[in-house]
Amino acid sequence: MIRHWRLFVDSTFLYRFRRDKVAIISFSLLLLMVMLSFSSPLIAPYDPYDPAQIDIMDSDTPPAWQVEGDPRFPLGTDAQGRDMFSTILYGTRISITIGLFAVLLQSILGISLGLIAGYFGGRIDAFLMRLADIQLSFSTLMVAIIVLAIFQASFGTELYNDLAIFMLILVIGIAEWPQYARTVRASVLAEKKKEYVDAVRVIGLGSGQIMFRHILPNTLSPILVISTVQVANAIMSEAALSFLGLGMPVNKPSLGSLINSGFEYIMSGSWWITAFPALVLILLVLVINLLGDWLRDVLNPKLYKD
Amino acid sequence: MIAFFIKRLGQALVVMIVISLIAFSIQDNLGDPLRELVGQSVSEAERQALRDEMGLNDPFLVQYWRFLKRAVKGDLGNSYFFKRPALEVIMEKLPATVELVMGATLIILLFSIPIGVYCAINPRNWFTRLMMGTSIIGISIPVFLTAILLIYLFSIELGWFPSFGRGETIVIFGGWHTGLLTSDGLMHLVLPSVALSSIMLPLFIRLIRSEMMEVLEQEYIRFAWAKGLTRRRIWFLHALKNTLLPVITVGGVQIGTMIAYTILTETVFQWPGMGFLFLEAVNRVDTPLIIAYLIVVGLIFVVTNTLVDLIYGLVNPTVKLTGGEA
Amino acid sequence: MPILEVNNLEVRFPMREGELIAIRDISFSIDRGERLGIVGESGAGKSVAAFAILRLVGRPGYISGGQILFEGNDLASLSPEQLRQFRGNQITMIFQDPMMTLNPVLTIGTQMIECLQTHKGMRRREARELAVEKLRSVAIPSPEARINQYPHELSGGMRQRVVIAIALLTDPEIIIADEPTTALDVTIQAEIMELLLELCEKHQVALILITHDLGVVSEITQRAIVMYAGRIVEEGPTRSIIEQARHPYTQGLINALPERTRPGQRLNQIPGSMPTLMQIPPGCAFHPRCEHVTDVCRTQVPDYTRFDHSRVACHWVAVQEQTSV
Repeated sequence: MIRHWRLFVDSTFLYRFRRDKVAIISFSLLLLMVMLSFSSPLIAPYDPYDPAQIDIMDSDTPPAWQVEGDPRFPLGTDAQGRDMFSTILYGTRISITIGLFAVLLQSILGISLGLIAGYFGGRIDAFLMRLADIQLSFSTLMVAIIVLAIFQASFGTELYNDLAIFMLILVIGIAEWPQYARTVRASVLAEKKKEYVDAVRVIGLGSGQIMFRHILPNTLSPILVISTVQVANAIMSEAALSFLGLGMPVNKPSLGSLINSGFEYIMSGSWWITAFPALVLILLVLVINLLGDWLRDVLNPKLYKD
Repeated sequence: MIAFFIKRLGQALVVMIVISLIAFSIQDNLGDPLRELVGQSVSEAERQALRDEMGLNDPFLVQYWRFLKRAVKGDLGNSYFFKRPALEVIMEKLPATVELVMGATLIILLFSIPIGVYCAINPRNWFTRLMMGTSIIGISIPVFLTAILLIYLFSIELGWFPSFGRGETIVIFGGWHTGLLTSDGLMHLVLPSVALSSIMLPLFIRLIRSEMMEVLEQEYIRFAWAKGLTRRRIWFLHALKNTLLPVITVGGVQIGTMIAYTILTETVFQWPGMGFLFLEAVNRVDTPLIIAYLIVVGLIFVVTNTLVDLIYGLVNPTVKLTGGEA
Repeated sequence: MPILEVNNLEVRFPMREGELIAIRDISFSIDRGERLGIVGESGAGKSVAAFAILRLVGRPGYISGGQILFEGNDLASLSPEQLRQFRGNQITMIFQDPMMTLNPVLTIGTQMIECLQTHKGMRRREARELAVEKLRSVAIPSPEARINQYPHELSGGMRQRVVIAIALLTDPEIIIADEPTTALDVTIQAEIMELLLELCEKHQVALILITHDLGVVSEITQRAIVMYAGRIVEEGPTRSIIEQARHPYTQGLINALPERTRPGQRLNQIPGSMPTLMQIPPGCAFHPRCEHVTDVCRTQVPDYTRFDHSRVACHWVAVQEQTSV
């Protein structure tokens, strides 16, 4: 690990980061959004989860700079009278949390299965990769929609709302394992050909040790690149599911469910309920994607390809 | 060729069986056929008798077999809400979804190939930079947001295009309601198609560009230049054919995503297709309809994926369609 | 009257650290039907020089100076469209690795016929007949069937024969062959080389053969050029270069040939290794490895010392020559 850290510091990585304006701006914005949203209980003027702080009389207030705006609500309020600014902060936290945990789950699943497939080969490999193909062809969103729809229908809305955050992490996490598995498998196959793996095997290390101590570190850069893009995808999937009413409930909204609740009012002119969370969502996904692109250029890993 | 086809068919069959198993277990857990047949007033003993009579107490496999037999005949039960055969209800909505997907696919094909190729050939040109910049923004905006944005801009603000429904449709081939043959139907198709293609298009532009750039670095392209061929021939025959091969594979994988996105697009535009129907069915816990959707969509996936594999095999000479390594 | 005359050719590669000069001051000529070898270690710039003749230097490299005169036309300054008329027509190329040279998704026939259609304006049927004939002349069995096959259906040796057939298709004046046998099995290397020699002699085609193999050069070519670190260090008739090399580098190369050592003896190696383009030493690029090095070698790039049919860029040779006169 220390060796990798030194490589990181010495490499052109930091050098190229400092020279790339887009990367710097994206990273700063992402950092800002993460910090703001995770400190939302401290900085948000209102607590959107506390019914005592919500007054229905404040509902549908436009942003503060508009004629009917109220300085207490800089970005206006939604149909329930919640302060948009606070709700967005809390919602961003939920979106990022789901994104991160879903990707964590994906990577654990995908990396293990990928290592197994690549290292052992043969029937296990053929079976896992065929499964990955099929799963991918059905698309994450489709699988997630169907699974969540069925759970919602069988649990009933109330119970489902309590479990929504776990269900989202679980479903998005499980549905996307093939991305990791394929890339890790490809790297393992490439690494297996190299001499050092033979050398390590000759020393007499077990296959588990070879995989985790020797092969895995060499697949880090593709994993890093994929993870970045996957977080963006997971956040988008979550938003889509919440927009369809299959994700986070209205009383504990993510960015997606906020947009969903605002969509009903967009025709009546309350554009801000949709527009602000939408902007934050787009910005969040965009900066992560830009960072992913930049990472891909700099690390230039061998990603899985058909 | 035939061996390849049979192998693929076998695979498709396995996938369909898995889907039908899932569908059946949903029905088993979610749907209570008694609910619609009898009211609350019926006693528990009578319910049990009815259950026995209907075979609901039979072993899982027996019930599954019965389900399968009926499913093959196209009988997936009656929709609780519409009180009509679920498959019939779904099939009525199929044309709307198919036409939407066709519209989006047309947009993607029409724009992604020329733009992707252009950007690969002129990597430092201002247009390429613009396209690469817009495309990363494009893939960062969720489909439903694009849809809302389009409605707000082109329907509410500018009033150029309608934002709800399919508009005027006419019937062709005995039962297929098409919106493609009326100007009103076409106008209604514009915004939903654009919305549906909004993430795929930038994705494909980027994919085609990067594949093509990689191909242009290949030794056989250098050899083609050394042979003194025209630029047109090198770019549009030698390079493009090699570029499109991996794109076909990705395209096959993306069909699934596209159908998932139809649910989002149809919801925003209230497009009367299968996706919209499906969400309604979920909200109404209309189990037979949910199952019918699952099976129809599964069938569409399996058929299109098999077709894509077949096309890939036919276009790519290095794949032998003999059932060996495919 | 030479058919191709290259004068002071220079190729540069712009890099983040500044421009690298891949080859400099390359001048040579070749007569009709003559066979010229360009020898050097990998990285000496011989391939760059060969590709530069048809302006096919890989990006970001570009020709930064010099002339390439082919029948009076300066290929270095023609428009791309004018240049295209020469490429694959009067001057053709054979690449190193036949596995990579042919387009995997087009049939052999398509890849042959397109040359004739482009350069000779032939009709399909006519072009196809000629292509079959050329395939037969490179000893490909059942060419009528092979022409409809894809490259992956052929072995490496067969593919290189196809490439040679393509190179001969338009009855060129010059064929540039860039290590045409390096990627092949040792057993077929001699076969392919012999075929190439035979066809060049038969059709009176000039051949520029790029190779690191002095043995091949001595068998095939009449004249040879030795390159080191992007420069020509010695040029002359192949026989005299092999038998009485003048440049210390060429001498070292010849002494390193296995034939020059007795069995059981260690191979003679030139100490050190060729500098990369990024760190070419001042003066004579070879001086750190040279046993005859003097002060002037370290500071001044040597000019060519000319002999009857040859020239050498070496201070030591120049001094010897002066004292002997």
